[in-house]
Amino acid sequence: MPPPTYARGLRGLSLATFATLSLAFALVFFYAPLDQDQGFVQKIFYVHVPLAIVSLCGFILGGIFGIAHLRTADRRHDMRSYVAIHMSLIFSVGALITGSIWARASWGHWWVWNEPTLVSFLIVVLMFATYQPLRFSIEDPERQARYASVFAIVAGAFVPLNFIAVRLAQGFVHPRVLTLTGGHLPGPMRLTFLISLAGIALLFATLWKYELTAKHARMQTRALRRRLLGESAVGPLRRSAAPS
Amino acid sequence: MTVLATAPALPLHTAGKYVAAAYVVFLALVLIYVAIMAARQRRSERELAELRRELEAREAAGDERDLERVA
Repeated sequence: MPPPTYARGLRGLSLATFATLSLAFALVFFYAPLDQDQGFVQKIFYVHVPLAIVSLCGFILGGIFGIAHLRTADRRHDMRSYVAIHMSLIFSVGALITGSIWARASWGHWWVWNEPTLVSFLIVVLMFATYQPLRFSIEDPERQARYASVFAIVAGAFVPLNFIAVRLAQGFVHPRVLTLTGGHLPGPMRLTFLISLAGIALLFATLWKYELTAKHARMQTRALRRRLLGESAVGPLRRSAAPS
Repeated sequence: MTVLATAPALPLHTAGKYVAAAYVVFLALVLIYVAIMAARQRRSERELAELRRELEAREAAGDERDLERVA
């Protein structure tokens, strides 16, 4: 089987990401109208909500690659799952920080513990924060990949269940502006939001591909070093949370 | 639960710093990530250069041995 070429299309994807994000930010500040209720501070919505949505989708993607890994025993799927969860954790930290800033500006508090959307998102993030320590605690690479895939599937399935449960909850202060029936966003705000969402999703895809490419190149370099200089020059594999 | 309804819109000069902070956090996260990846990339490039030197040294040594055998 030929080695995968992760770098293929990376340049085009990077350019598309840059163009979409630039357009999104231009629309946020020069096109989208000011919110009547919140005013200028509502502009945080266009970065906070896409970060949260993309990170949750990334966690689910990690679970899907986990299924693919368990079905095929192909370690590349484990790598894809690992990188998707890693990227999602970074994006979710961004969502938490930007959300906290927005909460402070809008509600006067950095964090509101009785708000189901906030707390459920934090629970999801904390759950996935245990993914890397779980991997690190398992020395055998095969077993590490298998257990990590099981975790990714179970935790990934928890994400939509959690989302639905929170949506069904009655008491909330989080505004519901995005619904299946159309929501309450006016046209220019909706367009700006969708482009921001596309930009952040493209950013996720670009960084995911970038990290896969870099990890693959490192693994190839290590294999080359082993072939050229022998096992003694490379030394035993250090225990790592990343797939080896 | 009417926190949003009772919270008045912040004036622009107050809201601006929060909006700026949110976007700076986003950009900082991306930049830090890219910087870390760039550092790792440099390390990989150094390793590759080292391997190339090793390979060239071996090839040169192999050529010398061939010449000696012919002589």
